[in-house]
Amino acid sequence: MRQTVSLDVNGTPYKVEADPDMPLLYALRDELGLNNPHFGCGLGQCGACTVHLDGQPIRSCVTPVSAVGDSKIVTLAGLGSREKPHPIQTAYVEEQVPQCGYCINGWIMTAAAFLRDHPKASEAEIKDALEGLKCRCGTHLSILRAVKRAAAMMG
Amino acid sequence: MTQMDNTMTVSRRSFLKGGGALVVSLGAPVSLTMLMGINAAFAQGTKPPLTPDQLSSYIAIEADGTVSAFFGKMDMGQGLFVAIGQIVAEELDVPFGAVKVIMGDTASSVNQGGASGSTGVQMGGKQMRVAAAEARRVLVDMAAEKLGIAADQLAVTDGIVQAKTDPAKAVSYAELIGGRYFNVPLAWNQKIGNALYAPGKAQPKKPGEHKVVGKPIKREDIAPKVFAEQDFVTDIRVPGMMHGRMIRPEIAGAVPVKVDESSISSIPGARVIRQKDLLGVVADKEWDAIQAAQLLKVEWSDAKLPFPDHNTLYDHIRQAPVRKRELEGKQAGNVDEAFKSAARIVEAEYEWPFQSHASMGPGCALAAIKDGQVTVWTGSQKPHYVRDGVAGILGMPVDSVRAIWVVGPGSYGRNDSGDAAMDAAILAKAVGRPVRVQYMRDQGTGWDPKGPASIHRARAAIDISGRVIAYDFLSKAFSRLDVQTNESNPKDTLAGQLIGLPLQSDDGFGVPAESYEFDHKRTAWETIAPLLDRASPLRTAHLRDPVGPQIHFASESFMDELAAALNADPVEFRLRHVKDPRDIAVIKAAAEKSGWQSRPSPRKDQIGVKVSGRGLAYAQRNGTRVAIVAEIDIDRSTGKIRARKFTVAHDCGQIINPDGLTHTIEGNIVQGVSRTLLEEVKFDARNVVSVDWETYPILDIGDTPEEVNVVLINRPEVEPSGAGEPSIRALAAAIANAIFDATGVRLRRVPFSPDRVKAAMS
Repeated sequence: MRQTVSLDVNGTPYKVEADPDMPLLYALRDELGLNNPHFGCGLGQCGACTVHLDGQPIRSCVTPVSAVGDSKIVTLAGLGSREKPHPIQTAYVEEQVPQCGYCINGWIMTAAAFLRDHPKASEAEIKDALEGLKCRCGTHLSILRAVKRAAAMMG
Repeated sequence: MTQMDNTMTVSRRSFLKGGGALVVSLGAPVSLTMLMGINAAFAQGTKPPLTPDQLSSYIAIEADGTVSAFFGKMDMGQGLFVAIGQIVAEELDVPFGAVKVIMGDTASSVNQGGASGSTGVQMGGKQMRVAAAEARRVLVDMAAEKLGIAADQLAVTDGIVQAKTDPAKAVSYAELIGGRYFNVPLAWNQKIGNALYAPGKAQPKKPGEHKVVGKPIKREDIAPKVFAEQDFVTDIRVPGMMHGRMIRPEIAGAVPVKVDESSISSIPGARVIRQKDLLGVVADKEWDAIQAAQLLKVEWSDAKLPFPDHNTLYDHIRQAPVRKRELEGKQAGNVDEAFKSAARIVEAEYEWPFQSHASMGPGCALAAIKDGQVTVWTGSQKPHYVRDGVAGILGMPVDSVRAIWVVGPGSYGRNDSGDAAMDAAILAKAVGRPVRVQYMRDQGTGWDPKGPASIHRARAAIDISGRVIAYDFLSKAFSRLDVQTNESNPKDTLAGQLIGLPLQSDDGFGVPAESYEFDHKRTAWETIAPLLDRASPLRTAHLRDPVGPQIHFASESFMDELAAALNADPVEFRLRHVKDPRDIAVIKAAAEKSGWQSRPSPRKDQIGVKVSGRGLAYAQRNGTRVAIVAEIDIDRSTGKIRARKFTVAHDCGQIINPDGLTHTIEGNIVQGVSRTLLEEVKFDARNVVSVDWETYPILDIGDTPEEVNVVLINRPEVEPSGAGEPSIRALAAAIANAIFDATGVRLRRVPFSPDRVKAAMS
């Protein structure tokens, strides 16, 4: 049974009609046309769909839209812009990280939240925080360089 | 063909197309340039046909003087388009920033083969280079006429043609042709795909003159991805679009017998589409389509269980009848006779599993059919072949189909994106609306074409003096061409096979690419039939560096085994037998950069649980040479391998962009570590059971190498060869050789999972 669900995405309020069990990912993509969170697995295993829910990274492909409640959602598009980039975005461009780029929501959104809370993180702590995210092109070395660069910018 | 014939042929076509008033007597011994003047003959307002023999099919000067380069290959994320832009800018003498490379739309580029076999620069760039050089030649000729100065008295700087002696006498490319089209024929070799070559009369620059080529120019496609501005193929939407999902059987080979459409009646607008054995659902909303696919009740045929016990895979390969045997590579002497005289024989057998492309996202495509015209948005790395395949499966003329490549969720060969395009086309035709198909994760990993599983037998004859006199290498494997390397023929797609086209599994494998010289040498391969003779989740095809990783895992492990058998240092042993100077240079470069200490393997100075080792492997690939030194740590108590550091020496001739090249090599190494340590497609009697990231794990960031040191050997005088794949092929052997160095244990089966490593050491 469809219900009306209110969502606050990147600072803008929306209302969508949706099956309450529908994952947030489909509300963002199909109802709101926000393309940046990607479908990678639908199982919470890869991170391609990651968004922030009240600042914490979550996998939108396994989060029912009805579970969002009043929490504020931020997607990659809301993290920063060319004019006002988040340090991790700046670092990603400078380090020329992505190849296909389909995975970057997971890495960037997870790293942004982690560095905010742990600006002095060691390389080992960064790796721990990013464990479980997938990148098939094998850009892991660039990812680490970028996250460390962003940490230096933020810390 | 003479110059005059060329000019006449193409000009006639353009006159007909453009309806020009000028009447030319065809076949008359007079050229159009003589009749009309160079400027009028070489430039025209209407675009000539998009054929490989037209300069306009590759290069256009826009009204603002910027250059559009229409490239019939595409960049899978390694920055190839930057290298192409550099090549075009170099030959045209325009700033790099003035060139826009437009890729992968069948409406704007000819078929240069798509992304294929690391030929982006090697063959695709070669064509763009001669096209750009010809464009420059033509523009200078036009300027010469316009300025009344001989062409050899003109120079070009940043798209301005100037008199060498009087720079005030100048005309820009924009003024000469901006916004109009070249009307210049090229000497096309009549081939399409990778082999397409259509030079003009101009000679490209000599390497010593290069100013843009060789520079580490950065990619501009990063920021749009990082700021969420870039739409992927999964993000394309058109009005009226429906979402489609495909239904695959639980037992591979089973076909639908009865479909209960009422089982999805609760889902608004959901419909079942069935064409023979192809079964899918569509709905207006994506989530509805997903749910419909889950809810749909299907009765499947009683299929014979298709697969053997996974644990018997390699026995199956050993025992299967040989379908085709082929000698390939440089053969020497009489191997069988030489083995009879051997004082000692060393032999070993190696095994490589099926592997999945396991792209970040499963295959996705969107097809729209309107007024007899089809548009397909595809992530396939070969959109021109998608066009051909979609035309074939819909029974429509090729000219009525346009395929548009849009960056997709990763592609390393013949993955599932071509299958998705065919499915989308069939569903769109069935419902009369545009349909976007995206597979689910279990289909993306479970049902993509697989890299072939294989066994490799190597043996060597050693004489009484300790010299290797004979080498014999044989692969026996599933074919790399069960389905072809592109989707141009519907028979090579799941959709085609499900609507009744029989699988026509072709034969192809390969042999080691190296320059070892032995008095007697034989390299050969044998292929066997697929496990299932119809739409199969274990159909085999090209996966990054098709069959290179498996072959060179075996051949370069074996060279290490030989070195150890002779108590020789592995580098020194190779240098005894490798004869190609560039091969020698690349091996020495990797060894030196890594700080290689000369000694035989294994090390004998380590005790305790944690041990370390180093290993080298080398290979060629279509002109490129790579040598890799791996340095690894092993925890003997757990069997866990830490692939800590790699030193990669890489020679691909002239380097176009060292920055892009280094990133490309790093990606190869990391993906190679993943495939070597972790990846194996598992199956049971019914189907593939590696269906997600839990059951088909890939490398995590915690296991990423700490260091990848790349040594680029630039040879500006040597035409560039490929870089997209060569550095993955020697990787597994480098790790295996390092494990042997650390432990004295030889691993001959990939992946080197902890339990396997531990078992081998006990």
